[in-house]
Amino acid sequence: MLRVDVKKQLGEFQLSASFTSQGRVTGLFGASGSGKTSLINTIAGLLRPDRGTIEIDGETVDDTAAGIHIPTFRRRIGYVFQDARLFPHLDVRQNLDYGRRMNGLVDDPAQRRRIVELLDIGNLLDRRPGKLSGGERQRVALGRALLARPRLLLLDEPLGALDEGRKLEILPYLVRLRDEAGIPMVYVSHDAAELRQLATQIVMLRRGEVTAFGGVKVLTATP
Amino acid sequence: MFEISPTEWTAILLSLRVAIIATLVATPFGIALAWALARHDFWGKSVLDAAVHLPLVLPPVVTGYLLLLTFGRRGLVGGFLADYLGIVFAFRWTGAALACGVMSFPLLVRPIRLSIEAIDRRLEQAAETLGAAPWRVFFTVTLPLALPGVLAGMVLGFAKAIGEFGATITFVSNIPGETQTISSAIYSLIQTPDGDAAAGRLVIISVIIAMGALIGSEWFARRATQRLHGN
Repeated sequence: MLRVDVKKQLGEFQLSASFTSQGRVTGLFGASGSGKTSLINTIAGLLRPDRGTIEIDGETVDDTAAGIHIPTFRRRIGYVFQDARLFPHLDVRQNLDYGRRMNGLVDDPAQRRRIVELLDIGNLLDRRPGKLSGGERQRVALGRALLARPRLLLLDEPLGALDEGRKLEILPYLVRLRDEAGIPMVYVSHDAAELRQLATQIVMLRRGEVTAFGGVKVLTATP
Repeated sequence: MFEISPTEWTAILLSLRVAIIATLVATPFGIALAWALARHDFWGKSVLDAAVHLPLVLPPVVTGYLLLLTFGRRGLVGGFLADYLGIVFAFRWTGAALACGVMSFPLLVRPIRLSIEAIDRRLEQAAETLGAAPWRVFFTVTLPLALPGVLAGMVLGFAKAIGEFGATITFVSNIPGETQTISSAIYSLIQTPDGDAAAGRLVIISVIIAMGALIGSEWFARRATQRLHGN
């Protein structure tokens, strides 16, 4: 479960969002500039709210009144960015293993094999990020986030930098992930069609405020 | 003609020792400072930045004299170090290393700072979301990505250290076997009536060392850059 109730001033822009989601995939939907990325960065701990609380899986990670702000690296979240952000000095195998090493988790070859198979990246393991296509990079970034064994997976327009063909190549993996990995996700997108396929709940944002919340049906209300 | 005398060998080996020690000891400080200057805003940052560059613009003899006042046996820091820790810099080869380290520090710091500034901070953010504490982000992402700059800084620093003359001779004088580096040996030889041949040999050797350092750094930098971009 994810509970968010935050306010954050960013220059002229005011983010003021409040929602509670039980869904497997919570879609944050809105035009660019609506505050989607600021909101997901606040959930990740990369931005600190001016006021409010954030609760992930029963743990309070932000509570400004109580002075609580758990730093990003202790939140046990996974984050897939629009621009994969793979480490250029590490090969794919080392990129995938990074989160496990940093969290001091025991090696779990079975889980690694499962995720590598799920994402079809077994043939890329010895390559450097510089030698991957955009779609391959994004799949590796997904695997890297999953192998850190997060309790919440954040995805910020993970298909945004890909052309239509590539999008269709990745989307099935995301659906499989939703149905098989069992990790709740927050999925940012400005593409209603994408969210209709993936999300179970929608938070609609406009100019920093939540204008609608509910099932994917709320998407049909938008043009 | 090209027979190197024991005195010359002593000067060559001493120069190498002084420059290597100066570079190795200065590097961690250089990395820490470059990182602080590249990534943090703090009170007195511009003053610190200027202070680091000071040896580049001050007459070397002034830097040497300031070192003598500070680290000499009766200096504020030097007296303390000598009395309580038994570390003496004045008129020792360690003093030459200190002078070379200080003089080469700005050249060491600059490339490291530039390469840290060039690193995409979003990669560090990504590392943090994967559970890496700030110090681990530094050692697993920032430092490896800054490696070409670190190597370039070390080579530049080394080249400067091995050629240092003014601050060294002011601070620790020109004692054969203890503080007489290649530079000060050449200086002594050209003032001696028949020292020309020996001076010439040392000049050739310093050119060889400098060329070697430059070619070596070029090679390292290319290797490191290839490694980083995965090509």
